[in-house]
Amino acid sequence: MKQQELEKSKEYKYGFTTDIENIKAPKGLNEDVIKFISNIKKEPKWMLDWRLKAFKRLKNLKEPNWQKPKYPKIDYQDLYYYSAPKSAADKPKSLDEVDPKLIETYKKLGIPLQEQKKLSGIAVDAVFDSVSVATTFKEELTKKGIIFCPISEAIRNHPELVKKYLGSVIPITDHYFATLNSAVFTDGSFVYIPEGVRCPMELSTYFRINASETGQFERTLIIADKGSYVSYLEGCSAPMRDENQLHAANVELVALDDAEIKYSTVQNWYPGDKDGKGGIYNFVTKRGICKGKNSKISWTQVETGSAITWKYPSCILQGDNSVGEFYSIAITNNHQKADTGTKMIHLGKNTKSKIISKGISAGFADNTYRGLVRISSKANKARNYTQCDSLLMGNKCGAHTIPYIENKNSTANIEHEATTSKISEEQLFYCNQRGLNQEEAVSLIVNGFCKEVLQQLPMEFAVEAQKLVGISLEGSVG
Amino acid sequence: MLNISNLSASIDDKNILRNFNLKIKPGEVHTIMGPNGSGKSTLANILSGRKGYKVEGQVFYEGKNLLEIPIEERAQKGIFLAFQYPTEIPGVNTNNFLKTSLNTIRKFRGLKELDSLEFLKLVKEKSKNLKIEEKILSRQLNVGFSGGEKKKNEILQMTILEPKLVILDETDSGLDIDALRIVSEGVNSLRSANRSFLIITHYQRLLDYIKPDFVHVLVNGKVAKTGSSSLAQELEKDGYENVTTE
Repeated sequence: MKQQELEKSKEYKYGFTTDIENIKAPKGLNEDVIKFISNIKKEPKWMLDWRLKAFKRLKNLKEPNWQKPKYPKIDYQDLYYYSAPKSAADKPKSLDEVDPKLIETYKKLGIPLQEQKKLSGIAVDAVFDSVSVATTFKEELTKKGIIFCPISEAIRNHPELVKKYLGSVIPITDHYFATLNSAVFTDGSFVYIPEGVRCPMELSTYFRINASETGQFERTLIIADKGSYVSYLEGCSAPMRDENQLHAANVELVALDDAEIKYSTVQNWYPGDKDGKGGIYNFVTKRGICKGKNSKISWTQVETGSAITWKYPSCILQGDNSVGEFYSIAITNNHQKADTGTKMIHLGKNTKSKIISKGISAGFADNTYRGLVRISSKANKARNYTQCDSLLMGNKCGAHTIPYIENKNSTANIEHEATTSKISEEQLFYCNQRGLNQEEAVSLIVNGFCKEVLQQLPMEFAVEAQKLVGISLEGSVG
Repeated sequence: MLNISNLSASIDDKNILRNFNLKIKPGEVHTIMGPNGSGKSTLANILSGRKGYKVEGQVFYEGKNLLEIPIEERAQKGIFLAFQYPTEIPGVNTNNFLKTSLNTIRKFRGLKELDSLEFLKLVKEKSKNLKIEEKILSRQLNVGFSGGEKKKNEILQMTILEPKLVILDETDSGLDIDALRIVSEGVNSLRSANRSFLIITHYQRLLDYIKPDFVHVLVNGKVAKTGSSSLAQELEKDGYENVTTE
C-alpha cells in the first residue's frame, strides 16, 4: 500500500491534501447558497443582485454538448460551492498571520509566501479553494498605483472599477459555465494597471483545490489602462482523488489604448490516474478585449494537467491596429482529454492575430485543437496567421484539428498551417545512441517541438514548464 | 575491448550475419569492407543496440555481455556510432542536443557537467578543426543539413564525446574529396592507444587517409578474408568477386 502511494506520488507530486478545518456553504446550488457566498465575502448588494441575475439566467440554460470529450453528467446539487480554511475566514491582514499550515502547503508547491523568502520579482496571490489566503508585494505595487488583490477585496474596495468591467467581456448570459461562474464565483485575482504604468514585476496567482466534493469557481479580472503593461501568470494544482472535481473559471482581460496584457498559464491540475480515474474537469472561459487602439493581448498556455481541459482563451480585437496572440501547448497522456484552442474576433481595422498551437498526445489520450478566426466586415486589412502542430506518441492516442474561419472582408489575409507528426523509433534510437534514455529523449524532442511556445513564457517559469513537459509524458514510451 | 564470437543475426527470417567473429584490441583500427547487403550495417546496428534483429552468439565489450546492455548505457560506456543516415530531429537545437548528450555521458563517467560557456568553448574549438560553420550548430539537429554537413556533424559529436569504441557506418559515402580529408583528419586525431575504431566502408579511398591495422572482407554475413591495408587496394582493383568464391 505504502509502495503504491509512493508510486502514485511520483506520478503527480502535487497530489497531497492539506488537513485543515474548513467552513463550507451547505451543499447544493440555490439562492441561499449564493447569498451565503455573497454574505461571507461581505459583498455590497449590487454584487449579490448581479449573482442572482446570473442564477436566474442559468435556470434557462443548458450545458453545452458539442465538445469532443464527453463526461458523465455532473450533479450540480451534490457539490459544495464554497469551502475555505477556517483560519482564513477573515482574511489575515499581514502574512505573519496566515495559518502556518497554508504557508506550508504553498511552500510544498514551490510558492514561498513568507516575507523573507518571497520569489524575487514576482508578486503572488495565493487562492486556496474558495478564498485568497495571501498576496505578496502589495505595498510595493500600491506605490505605483497598481491594484493587485483578491477579487472579493476589489468588490469591496474598488466597486467603481469592478462594476464597470466585471462581465463586460464575458457577459453573465454568455453560456452555461460562464453563467454558473457568475452566480457562484468565489475568488480569484483583480488587477488594475493605471495609465502609463509598466508593472515592474510579474503578477501571479496560484490556485489550489484542496477540499473534496468542491467546485472551484475562479474569477479573475485584469484591466490595463491606457499605455500600460502587465505580465500575469497563473499556476494551479489539486490533490489526487478518485472523484472528478470541477474548476469552472472566468477570466476577463481589458486592454485600453496602447496597453498590453501578457497572460500565461501553467495548468497542472490533477490529471487522474493511469486508468483515467479522477482528475479535474477544467472548464474555463477566458476572454480578453483589445478595447483601445494599438492594444495587445497575448495568451500563453501550457496545459499538462486535468482529466478534461475545455477552454478557448480568446481575443476580441476591437481597437484599430490591435493585436491578439495565442500560444498553446496542450499535453494529454494516459486517458486525458483536451478540447482547446482560441477565438480571434477581428472587429477593428488593421488588427492582427497569431495562433501557435502545439498538441501532444500519448497513451490513450485525445487532443483536439478547435479555433475560430472571424473577420468582420469592418475589419479592413485584418491579418491572421495560424499554425497547429500535433505530435503523436504511440498508436492509441488521437489528435484533431478543427479550424473555423469566417471572413466577411475581402481585404483580409488569413493563413493556416497544420502538421501532424509522430516521434519516430529512428529519432529515439539516435538519442539513445548519444547516451540519453527514453524519457530524456522524449523530453528533448517534445521540448523542441514546443519551443516556440515555451519561449513566450516569463523566464522564471519557462524552466519549470520545460520540466513539467517532460514529467507529464513520463512512462508514455515503452 | 570487443570480442564477437559466432554472431548470427536475422531480420524477418532473413539471415544477415552468420557465425561472424571479430576481436578488436584497444588502439586498433579495423575496417570492414564488403558488397552491398553483406551485413556491414547490420553489424553496426547490433553493436549499437538497434532493435528488430534476432541475434545469436556472443559479444563481449570490456568483458561484459554487450547484448544485454541498454542502448543508452552502451553509449555512456563509450560506444559511438557515426550514423550512415543521421536522423533529423526538428525543433531540437544541434548545440543543445550535443550538450545534453555530453553532460549525460560525463555524468556517467563521474566527470563534472559542463556549463554553457565551457561547452561553447569546446564546440568552437572542435568545430573549427572540422571546418564546420558555427551557424549550423544553432540550427535544428540535422534538419536541412547537406549530406556533408550531416557527416561532419557526426564526426564533431565523436570528437566531443570522446568514445572508446567508434563505429563509422559508411561515413565516407557521399563526401567530396575535401570533406573526406577533413573527416579523416578528425578520425586520425582521435586515434590513441586506448581507443578503437571499426570503420565500415564501400570504398578503398577512405583508406588513403586512414591507415587501418586490419581489413576484413565481409561476404554473405561472414568474414571471408582478413588482411592488412593492402588488401583494400587489391579489392579496389579486382572487386569482391574473387573473395566471394571462397
